[in-house]
Amino acid sequence: MKLTREEVQRVAMLARIRLSPEEEAALTEQLDHILRYMEKLNELDTSAIAPFTHAVEMVNAFREDEVTNQPNIDALLANAPEKDGTFFRVPKIIE
Amino acid sequence: MNLPALTVHEAKEMLRKREFSSQQLTEAIFSRIEATDDKIHAYITLCRDAAVEQAKDADERLRKESNLPPLLGVPIGIKDNFLTRGVRTTCASKILQNFIPPYDATAVKKLRAAGAVFTGKTNLDEFAMGSSAENSAFFPTRNPWNTARVPGGSSGGSAAAVAADQCLAAVGTDTGGSIRQPAACCGVVGLKPTYGRVSRYGIIAFASSMDQVGPMSKDTRDCALLLEAVAGYDSADSTSVKLAVPHYIDALTGDVRGLRIGIPKEYFVSGMQPEVENAVRQAISVLEKNGAIAEDISLPHTEYAIAVYYIVATAEASSNLARYDGMRYGHRARAKDLTETYMQTRQEGLGPEVKRRIMLGTYVLSAGYYDAYYLKAQQVRSLIKKDFDEAFQRCDIIVTPTAPTTAFKIGEKTQDPLQMYLSDIYTISINLAGLPAISLPCGFDSHGLPIGLQIIGKHFDESTLLRVADAYEQITKWHKRKPTL
Repeated sequence: MKLTREEVQRVAMLARIRLSPEEEAALTEQLDHILRYMEKLNELDTSAIAPFTHAVEMVNAFREDEVTNQPNIDALLANAPEKDGTFFRVPKIIE
Repeated sequence: MNLPALTVHEAKEMLRKREFSSQQLTEAIFSRIEATDDKIHAYITLCRDAAVEQAKDADERLRKESNLPPLLGVPIGIKDNFLTRGVRTTCASKILQNFIPPYDATAVKKLRAAGAVFTGKTNLDEFAMGSSAENSAFFPTRNPWNTARVPGGSSGGSAAAVAADQCLAAVGTDTGGSIRQPAACCGVVGLKPTYGRVSRYGIIAFASSMDQVGPMSKDTRDCALLLEAVAGYDSADSTSVKLAVPHYIDALTGDVRGLRIGIPKEYFVSGMQPEVENAVRQAISVLEKNGAIAEDISLPHTEYAIAVYYIVATAEASSNLARYDGMRYGHRARAKDLTETYMQTRQEGLGPEVKRRIMLGTYVLSAGYYDAYYLKAQQVRSLIKKDFDEAFQRCDIIVTPTAPTTAFKIGEKTQDPLQMYLSDIYTISINLAGLPAISLPCGFDSHGLPIGLQIIGKHFDESTLLRVADAYEQITKWHKRKPTL
């Protein structure tokens, strides 16, 4: 099954990336090529294999629910593209 | 004396004997950077003024104190995906071009506590995605052994800086080979610790189930010193493990008698450079002559590792990189509404390989494809880990090449993403299984380019890797060779 241009557009929308027509054409070819390579995994019958969860023994990391960092508004806003007083300024989110 | 050419342990010793000051050493490093970095381009940001201040503080402590931290006064380079408080951290991406972190990564904090002097932030493939450092949004780094060749990637800047004596050692990160493959390409030593050994807090996330911090240095002894400094449990990383950190230097006994070495037949296949195979086979016989016992083994699912990795790693990346939306930090494009702002911001801020991987990851996780790709990949990942578990019932270490070829030419693989992915063929399985592995020099090809030997160990058994690598270095001295710049 060949990856279509429409599917690439759908995925780009999901990933919130605008693609130029040239990028779209190149990615359709490249992703199709890579996905075909991935089909190699279908050589293996994995119906009885549990999916991997973690490499080493892990235990739940519990801790007391207490504040360990003091809010620092200036530090948090220092990299903001736009700010307004103590707030991040963002484009309108509800029409 | 040529101060920049020293190792960390040599400099440490001499600083303590007051043969020179940390300030002299630091100034010598910056002179070296000035003289060589227009050819190598290892650094994105230099921290000269701050480094001199750190060095002066170190000298003060060397004069006054007796209980000194392990890396006091030693100049170390830091890959530009470690958050450094107050120092621009770009991840070699336009989207973070002006980002100044308000806090330090845990590994950085630990290096500060150990007394290290920070030379600067080293170049990498954007978001650590690549095998050549060519995917940096700013400039490619060049290999000090031959500037027409890549330094490997993604920690290409750290590897090149160490090889070119632009720092005494450096730290990098390794998700699919990003410490070991550039270490091999540049003729330095690089260690990827067990998943969970070093905190990932403050490391810009790529694929969280595989990302690990590790040292890159001129010899194995330095790797041991740096690993001890950065390793350990951290409550800020829930996947870091509560295990005591050994005093790794004590493991360097030089003794490999009775060591059982596994040689996986799947790692010696057609397509690899014959000189690489020869050098690795010779390294194995060196270890055998010194009392190790080599045995052929099989890791039957090796051929599926690349496919598994590029599903799992891109899936994790697509979700980790969703945070670059231009709202709270980083580049923001001007567009007519919210969705357009997101889309335009990411188009302008992210490079081609990063977009490709986000697209691939989004595709394999999207409705209707999740089972066929992501679930399938995680099942095969279980099989890959099982291969290693079984092999380690019979052997203490596994020895392979680090990469199928020596450093390739700049531009050689940029047009074919899949070819680039295949240069990680020997390193990727180790990340999938969460194992530790080290790469160290084991010879040179006919072009004078370094060849890397990879030693893979059991979970949390970095001590054995360091012991074997150090023993090998004592016998062969390949690591002593330096490029002429």
